[in-house]
Amino acid sequence: MESVLMRAGLWFAALVLAIIACALSVDWGFGVHMGICALAAGIGLIVTLRGGDFSAPAATGAAQSRYYDDVIRWAVIATVFWGMAGFMAGLWIALEMAFPVLNLGIEYINFGRLRPLHTSAVIFAFGGNALIATSFYVVQRTCRARLAFPGLARFVFWGYQLFIVLAATGYLMGITQGKEYAEPEWYVDIWLTVVWVSYLVVFAGTIFKRSEPHIYVANWFYLSFILTVAMLHLVNNAAIPVSWFGSRSIPLAGGVQGALIEWWYGHNAVGFFLTAGFLGMMYYFVPKQAERPVYSYRLSIIHFWALIFLYIWAGPHHLHYTALPDWAQTLGMVFSLMLWMPSWGGMINGLMTLNGAWDKLRTDPILRMFVMSLAFYGMSTFEGPMMSIKSVNSLSHYTDWTIGHVHSGALGWNGMVTFGALYYLVPRLWSRSRMYSIRMINWHFWLATLGIVFYAASMWVAGLTEGLMWREYGPDGYLVNSFAETVAAVHPMYVLRCLGGLMYLTGAAIMTYNITRTIRGSVQRDETPFGPITFNPARDVPIIPAAARLATSAN
Amino acid sequence: MANDHGDAGTPSGQAAHIGAHGHGARLDDATGTHTVGHEWDGIEELDTPLPRWWLMLFYTTIVFAIGYVVVYPALPGLHSASPGTLGWTSRGALAAEMKAADAGHAATRAAIAATPVEDLVRNTPLMRAAIEGGRAAFKVNCVQCHGAGAAGSKGYPNLNDDDWLWGGDIGAIHQTLQHGIRYPGDDATRASQMPAFGRDGILTAAQVQDVVSHVRVISGQEPASASATRGAAIFAANCAVCHGDAGQGNRLVGAPRLSDKIWLYGGDRATLTETVTNARGGVMPAWSQRLDPVTVKMLAAYVHSLGGGEAGPQADAAPIAAAPAAAAPAAPAP
Repeated sequence: MESVLMRAGLWFAALVLAIIACALSVDWGFGVHMGICALAAGIGLIVTLRGGDFSAPAATGAAQSRYYDDVIRWAVIATVFWGMAGFMAGLWIALEMAFPVLNLGIEYINFGRLRPLHTSAVIFAFGGNALIATSFYVVQRTCRARLAFPGLARFVFWGYQLFIVLAATGYLMGITQGKEYAEPEWYVDIWLTVVWVSYLVVFAGTIFKRSEPHIYVANWFYLSFILTVAMLHLVNNAAIPVSWFGSRSIPLAGGVQGALIEWWYGHNAVGFFLTAGFLGMMYYFVPKQAERPVYSYRLSIIHFWALIFLYIWAGPHHLHYTALPDWAQTLGMVFSLMLWMPSWGGMINGLMTLNGAWDKLRTDPILRMFVMSLAFYGMSTFEGPMMSIKSVNSLSHYTDWTIGHVHSGALGWNGMVTFGALYYLVPRLWSRSRMYSIRMINWHFWLATLGIVFYAASMWVAGLTEGLMWREYGPDGYLVNSFAETVAAVHPMYVLRCLGGLMYLTGAAIMTYNITRTIRGSVQRDETPFGPITFNPARDVPIIPAAARLATSAN
Repeated sequence: MANDHGDAGTPSGQAAHIGAHGHGARLDDATGTHTVGHEWDGIEELDTPLPRWWLMLFYTTIVFAIGYVVVYPALPGLHSASPGTLGWTSRGALAAEMKAADAGHAATRAAIAATPVEDLVRNTPLMRAAIEGGRAAFKVNCVQCHGAGAAGSKGYPNLNDDDWLWGGDIGAIHQTLQHGIRYPGDDATRASQMPAFGRDGILTAAQVQDVVSHVRVISGQEPASASATRGAAIFAANCAVCHGDAGQGNRLVGAPRLSDKIWLYGGDRATLTETVTNARGGVMPAWSQRLDPVTVKMLAAYVHSLGGGEAGPQADAAPIAAAPAAAAPAAPAP
C-alpha cells in the first residue's frame, strides 16, 4: 500500500511539473509536448491508483522460476505497430518524391517533416522495440536468469514509447535540432538518456546475475550496442537550451566540428544500433531456428572485436570532399575499408551455421527470412566500404545510390531478421504451437524480397544516373545537365521505388494479420503444410487409350 | 591471429582435442568439426578455424590501409597532419582541375571578351562557342525562373518565341541581362511601372471589366460587345500611351503586346482583371552584379539563339562567318 502511495505521489508530481512546464512554455510545440507528458503522467497515476501493473507485489517464488516476458510481449506488439507506421510513412514520402503534389500544401505532412518521421519510426521505433524485445528475451535465455529489475524494464518500455511519441509529434510540428537521425530537441534527449541508462541497468544486471559461466556472443553484441549508443547520444546531443520552457537549443559544437561529431554519431547509429544490435539478434535466432551450432566461436570473437574497434572511426566517410580536413577523410575511408571483413564475419557465421541444415530452407520460410537477411547484410556491408572509397564516393555521394544502399541494409538485413525473430517469438510468447499461418510467412518472405529488389535496383539506377549526369561534360568543356533535368531523368525510378515499397508494406501487413491471429486465438489456418514433396510413381505415367493398349498387347 | 593457437578445428587426435575444449565438447556429425563445449539455451558453437580467405582479405585491407595512409594525408599532429608522400591535397586537386578547365576556355573567353556583343552574332564559330557557354550558365542561373527549356512560366517570359518585352536583338538581350528589369541597385536597369488602375481608383470596377473586354476582343478571344466598345474608349485614354493604339505594345517601356495570344500572366478574364486592378511589375536581377562579363555575353548569345533572336540595327552588315573563333575578335562593322 505504501508502495502504491509513493508511486502515485511520484506520478502526481510528474503530472504537476508537466502542467507547469506546459503553462510556462515559450513556444507552442513545447507546450504540446509537455501536454503529452502530462497525459502520460496522468495515465500512470490512474493505472497506479487502480492497482494495475504497477502495484503488483514483489515477484513471488513462483514468478522467480519463470522468465519475465510481459515487457517482451508488449515490445513485440510495439515493433509490429511502429513497423507498419514507419513503412506507411516511407511509402507516402516515396510517393511525395515521385508526385510532389501529394505534399498537398500542408506543412505538417510535407516531405521535410515526414522524412525524419519515417527514418526514426523504422530505425528507432520499429528497430528499437525489436532490439528491446529480443535483447530481453535472449539475455534471459542465454544467462538462464530472470530479467533483473522487472519494474525498471517496464519503465524502459513505456519510457521509450513516450520518447517515440515526443520525437514523432516533434517532427510534425517542425521541432528539430537539424541533426540527421538525432532530430529531437534537448528535453527529449534528456528523457531518452534516462530511459537508455535504465535499459543498460536492466540488461547488464541480468548478465551479472547469470547462471551460465560464459556470456553468449549475442549478449556481447547487445551490450556493445547499448553502451555505445549511450555514448554517441550524449556526445552528439550536447547542447544548451535557449529556454528551459522552449524547444530550441544551441549545439556545443558547430561548423565542421559539429558535422564530424554528427557523422561520427550517424555512422555509428548504423554500426551499433543497426549492425551490432541486430547481430546480437542474429546470433540467437539463427542457430535456434536452424537447430545447428554456431559455425565458428573463434570467428565470433575476432569479428566482434574487430567490428566494434573499427566501426567507431569510419564516420568521416560521410564528409568526403567537404571542409573536413583531408587527413580525417583519409582515416574515415581506410577504417571503412578494413571494416569489410569484420562485417562479413557475422554473415559467414550466420550463413555457415546452416551447414547440415540447408535442406530446412525448403520447408521453413522463417529460416528463409534469416538467410535472406544475412545475404542482404553481406551485400550492404560490401557496398558500404566500396562507397567509402573517395573516388567511388565522388560519384555516389548526394545521389539516390545512398538511399538504395541504406534500404538494402534496412529492408533486407534489419527488416528481414526482425520479421524472422518476430515469427520465432510470437508462438513462444503466447504459448501457441506455431504461427496462425506458415503459408502467409512465405507470402511475406517473397513480397518483402521482391519489394527490396525493386527498391534497391531502382535506387541504384537512379543514383548512377544522377551521379553520371551531374558530372557530364560536353565537347566544349561545359556541364551538360541542369539539376532539374536530372530530377526528370530519375522520375521513372522514383515510381518503381514506390512499387517496391508497396510490396514490402503489403508483406508487413500480412505479417501483422498473421501475428494478430496468432495472439488472439489458438486457431490455426487450414492450409497445406510445407513438407516433403509427395510423389507417387504409379501415377507418374501417361494414360494409354484402350485401342492403343490393344495394339501394344498385340505386339 | 587466432589461427596460430595450434588447435585448429581439423580433428587431428580427438582425445587431445576434447581436452583442449573442456567439458561438453563433442564432434558434430554434419560438419565433422568439434564443438567448443559451451552451451546456452541449446546453442552450441563449433571450433571452426577462421576461414583462410576471410583472414587473407582482412589482412589485405589492413595492408592497403597502411599504404594509403603513407601516401595520402592521414596522421594528425598538434598543428598539421602528415602530408603523405604524394603531396596530394583536396584543395590542390580542385585548383588543378579548375585551372585545366579555365585553360581550355581561355582563348575562347578572350575572343568573346574582345568582341562587341552585336558583332558576336556574325562571327559564327565564336557565336557557337558562346552559345555553348551560355547554355551551361543558363542551366545554373536562369532555369529556376525561365525553366530548363527556357519556356518560362506565369510571370516569367518564354524565351523561345519572338515576342520580346524589351527587345530581341542581341544587344537588347545583353542590356536586359546586364542590368536586369526593375532591379533595385542598378541605375541602368530597365524600368517602367504600370499603374494599379483598380486599386488606386483610376478606374471603377465596371470600367476595369470594360477594358478587360476590349483587351480580350483585340486578342481575338471574345466577339465584340458593348462592354468592349466602352472599354475601347477607356483603353485609348489610359492604356494606349504605353501599349499602343492597337495594343501592339512598346518595347521602350517593356509594355507587352496585347493583340496576340501570348500572355505573361494569363489572358483569361480573372487574370486580366487582376492585372489591370493591381498592375504587374516583374523583376529580373542585374546579372552583371553576379556573373563575369564574358558569361553574361554568352548568356545573351544563348538566349538569342533559342529561336526568337532578332537581327540587330546593323542587320544589313555582311556576315563574317569565315573568321576563326579564337583569332577574330571585333571585326569592325562597315
